[in-house]
This record gives sequence, structure tokens and C-alpha cells, in this order.
Amino acid sequence: MIRRIGAAAVDWVWRLGFAARFMFLLLRYSGQSVSRLHLTIREIYFSGVLSLLIILVSGLFVGLVLGLQGYETLQRYGSSEALGVLVALSLTRELGPVVAALLFASRAGSAVTAEIGLMKTTEQLKAMDMMAVNPLARVVAPRFWGGVISMPLLAALFSAMGILGGWLIGVVFIGVDDGAFWSQMQAAVDFRYDILNGVIKSVVFGVAVSLIAVFEGYDCVPTAEGVSRAITRTVVSSALAILALDFVLTSFMFRGQS
Amino acid sequence: MSRTTLDLWVGFFVLIGAAALLFLALKVGNLSAASFADTYAVDVRFSNIGGIKVRAPVKSAGVVVGRVTAIEYDNTRFEAVVKLALDTRYEFPRDTIAEILTSGLLGEQYIGLEPGGDARMLADGETLKLRGQSAVVLEKLISQFLFNKAGESPTPQQ
Amino acid sequence: MSQQTGEALVSLRDVRFAYGEREVLRGIDLSIHRGQVVAIMGGSGCGKTTLLRLIGGQLRASAGDVRVAGKSLNRLDTAGLYALRRRMGMLFQFGALFTDMSVFDNVAFPLREHSDLPEAMIRDLVLMKLQAVGLRGAQALMPAELSGGMARRVALARAIALDPMLIMYDEPFAGLDPISLGVIGQLIRRLNDALGAASIMVTHDVHESLGIVDYVYFVSEGRIVAQGTPDEIRASQDAFVHQFVHAEIDGPVPFHVPAAPMAEALMGRAS
Repeated sequence: MIRRIGAAAVDWVWRLGFAARFMFLLLRYSGQSVSRLHLTIREIYFSGVLSLLIILVSGLFVGLVLGLQGYETLQRYGSSEALGVLVALSLTRELGPVVAALLFASRAGSAVTAEIGLMKTTEQLKAMDMMAVNPLARVVAPRFWGGVISMPLLAALFSAMGILGGWLIGVVFIGVDDGAFWSQMQAAVDFRYDILNGVIKSVVFGVAVSLIAVFEGYDCVPTAEGVSRAITRTVVSSALAILALDFVLTSFMFRGQS
Repeated sequence: MSRTTLDLWVGFFVLIGAAALLFLALKVGNLSAASFADTYAVDVRFSNIGGIKVRAPVKSAGVVVGRVTAIEYDNTRFEAVVKLALDTRYEFPRDTIAEILTSGLLGEQYIGLEPGGDARMLADGETLKLRGQSAVVLEKLISQFLFNKAGESPTPQQ
Repeated sequence: MSQQTGEALVSLRDVRFAYGEREVLRGIDLSIHRGQVVAIMGGSGCGKTTLLRLIGGQLRASAGDVRVAGKSLNRLDTAGLYALRRRMGMLFQFGALFTDMSVFDNVAFPLREHSDLPEAMIRDLVLMKLQAVGLRGAQALMPAELSGGMARRVALARAIALDPMLIMYDEPFAGLDPISLGVIGQLIRRLNDALGAASIMVTHDVHESLGIVDYVYFVSEGRIVAQGTPDEIRASQDAFVHQFVHAEIDGPVPFHVPAAPMAEALMGRAS
């Protein structure tokens, strides 16, 4: 039993080392993602545009729920005008980046893992390598950068949709004062402190999720079963990475203030 | 899908993503209202700052004119030193009085500036001449109120 | 066809290779010249695919020297290896076509990656290559719409897109029906002669390959156990070659995996 735990731990550290080396190589071969932009644009389409619908709809629903629950709690203290503050702060600081990243991991991250894993299984990556085309530069790097670029945009859209959802419930349906909703929000939400930090979070999550997705695909056991396990690992480790990183980032960004 | 349609979609995506960011920055955040390009630093001393936090707004006549940048404790005079960053567009006399106020009963605390009559204006790095008016501490207020009540209650009824 | 003039295009000298502890190749010597089609044969798992990967530079020999076009692969860096690979083509066992691209784009891929040719010229070149494998009519199809034999022919067109000096085939006949098998065999021979290249083919399909190759190496347990022209192979009295060519069940290659005697296993003593 102890032996098995030990072996698993060694295996894990070994994979971590490989992942670090992989990231280094990935960055080294990223030149082509810029010089041949259409490769990256294609991946932004697959990871960003195709995730739009799920992000927008989920953002709206999260905003609606926040509006209802927030109003329910705030009106007990007679401060239902603070609804805008509550909705905006929870979305821009936490829910926007985190939930958007979780959705992104399961929608786009898993697709990237599946695609790269399948290319590995069918020897497409090896064939590319034999044609003197580096798969890291041609296949992996554009998918990585596509994800990194898409993620902050998706998170911003998620937050914006959520705030609109909160506004819809609070102002349009419940009847909170429109002016108070927005002005209190603007007074309490600071651009650099709240919004920029949220954007930084989503960039970090984008890097983490994209890296996990391409790595799991590239590293998978080249069989049908191996690919499906790699997809599961992408979703699970992305979710863990997002939540753990969120804690770390939050404790750095919002330490002991407000 | 041809490459041009794909580019179009990606362009659209980047555009609405940027629009969402802009919406967050301008409509949700206070980038338009309260980001000061140039500021000058001023120190205020308080014997009690209450619940003031870094980044709390500084208002004069209700208009936001600056923000709290740091809060320190002066161990020789046993006072709090609050550092403010004020917008260079606004100038205040040296004998301006700072006070700690609360917006509404449960609202956030901010620093209010009550301009004095001095001819000299505050310059960068200076300290307000007068000590700021401390925060109203609710517990003290209540205990004072109760103490007074207790002190005066015997007279009118007997 | 097998004139041995000048320096060999591919030469291996006492090449050894091991996956960790498991030694796969134990001293291989062989040489291949331009114009030749050479088959490397042997049972499954005898190390012949490993041999192909060594020549392609996907693996590095643990000992010995692998030379391709006068360059020692053991000493090349990635850039040097890539420069060499532009002059190599490789056909993978199941074609390894890029599933997200059409037949046309698959064949155009190496041209687009390695040249700045205008799109019109790339189109002409691709159509020529597709014509050579008889699939010009299938240029708009996706790989998923192709049969196994057609996919392999497209992959062949892609492998020769840059007019390589060396073409490698990993099990080109595996899983094909007899007609496709004959077509691929003839294509390998014709394309090799047309390009003036050298071809190495790893296979265990004896009859199809003996008909088209110039020279055969038999590999068993990491060593070359027999070699010769197809005629020599057919006439060979070597026990291994005889077993292989005539597909006999038992011979030097035993039917049974080495194990303790059956009686012991039945008594439950061995595990």
C-alpha cells in the first residue's frame, strides 16, 4: 500500500517535471503562433467563439440568481439599493473569472485534449514530426495561445452578462431604483482593484486551463481509452487548478483590504 | 468553413469581448469617475480613524477629490497618520479640517474635507495643520448616552 | 536495379538500441543505395519498426552509427535532423492523415510548411502527386470518407510531396484487401524508380514484397539473421527464412512462449 502511494507520488513528480519542461518548449516554439496568425485565429474560433453561447447563457443565469438571492438578503437590512454592488463585486472579483474558467475547461479544454490526443493516437503528430514540422509549434502552441486569448474575453462577457442579469431581476422585475443600482455599483467597484484583478485572474486561469488541456492531450496514452482518461483528467485537474489558484490569487490581491 | 468566415467570427468575438471589458470598466467600475491622473500627497493625523480603509474616498462637499493611499501609526505621538492622494485639480487651504464620516447609517466610511480660510494652499507632502476629527464610535456614543441618561433620570421623576 | 555504386544512402553499423532494460536491437549492419527498394522483414515485435524509427531519427541508437546521406544521425541537433527529414518521406501504418484537413490540404501540407510557393503552383504540384497515386478525383474528400487503401495512397502522395530521396514505409500492406495491396505495391516500386529515391519498407507480407523489392533483410531477436535478393531468399535453405517464407507454425521461431512445462502449470506450482 505504502509502496503504491510512493510510486504514485514519484510518478506525479515525474509528470510535473515533464509538464514544466513541456511548458518551456511550448513557449520556445510559440513564435509561429504569432508569425502565422491564422493558425491561432482558428483556435480562438474553436475555443472562444464556440464557447460563447454557454458562457453568455450561464452568465445570464448566474446573474439572475445573484439578483434574486442578493435582493432577498439585502432587503432584510433595508439596503436593497446595494444589490448592484453585490452583484457586480461578486461577479467581477470571483464568479466571473472562476465560473467562466470552469465552463471553459469543460467546453474548450476537453475538446483540445481530445483533438491532440486523437492526433497522437492516429500518429498524426509523429507524421508531422517526420515531415520536419514541429507539432509543438504547429499544433500545440496555437491551441495554447488561442485558449489564453479567449479566456479573459469570455470571463469579461460572463461578468457583463451576469450584471445585466442582476439588473434585469433587480431593476426591471423587482423594482429596485435604477439610478441607485448603477451609482452605488460605480461608487463601490474600483477599476484597478476589482475589475483589473478579475481580468488578471482570468488570464492566469486561461494559461492554467490551456496548459493542462494541451499537456494532457500531448501526454496521453495513445489509445482510445487513454484519450478518454486524458479528457477526464483535463476537466478534473483544471477545476482543481482554477479553485486553488483562485485562493492563492485572492489572498494576494485582496489581502486585508475593504 | 472558409477562412474568411472564421476570421469574421473571431473578429466579432474579440469585439464583443472588448465591449464587455469596456462595459465593466466604464459602466460598472469607476474608471470614468474616479481615476485621477495626477495626484499630490497629503497627511492627516487622527486620534481614531474608526473603520477607514485604504482606498476609501476623500470627499469635499460630497464630491470625490481623492483617495486614502496608506494608513500608518505614529508611535511617538500615538496617533494614526492617514496618507491621502488628492487630485491636483483641487487645492485646499492649509487649515482644512478632515473628518471621518459615514454615508448613511450602515454605509461605507469616507474622509470629508472642510476647507478653512488660510491663504496658503496645501503642497505635495505636507501635513494638515489641524488634527482630523475622529470617527464617531458607536459604542462610545451609546455608552455616553446611557451615562447621561443614568445621570439625569433621577431628577425629573422625583 | 541494385547496382552498388558510390556511398550508401543509408548505412547502419553495429547499431544497438534498448527501451530501458529491454534490448531490442543487438548489432544491426545494413546499407541501402539510391534506386533500391529494400524490405526489412521479421515477426511481430522483432524490432523492425524500431529500426525504421532509428533511420528516421525518431529514436537515437544507444550504440553504433546510423548514417543517412552521409550524416550521422546520432550527432545531429534538431535543426539538422529537420533539414534531413525534409528529404525523407514516411508512410505510417494507417496513413496518419490529418483528420481535420481535406485530401488536397493533406498533400499540400508539407509544401505549404516548407516552401513559399504561390498557391497556384502548390495546387499544380498537389494535383500531380494525387494523379500519381490515382486519386486526383478525391481531392475534396475528407480522410474519414476514404477507404483504408485510398487513405494509404493519399498518405503516399503526401510522403512524396517534397520529392524525397528516401521513402520509408511502416507496414504498408497491413489490413488491405488484395487489390489495394497490389496497387500499393506497384506504387511503391514505380514512385521509387520515378524519383530515383531509395525505399525502405518494413513488412511481414512476404509474397507481395518479394515481388517488388531488390533486397531483403530478415530481422529476428534484434539481429539480421538472413539477407539477399528475392531470388536468393526464395531459394534459401536457412531454417528461419524457410519458416517465414512458407509460413510454418513451428521452427526456429517457436509456437510457444517460453514457459515452465505444462505439467507444472497444471499442478499449480508455477505462476
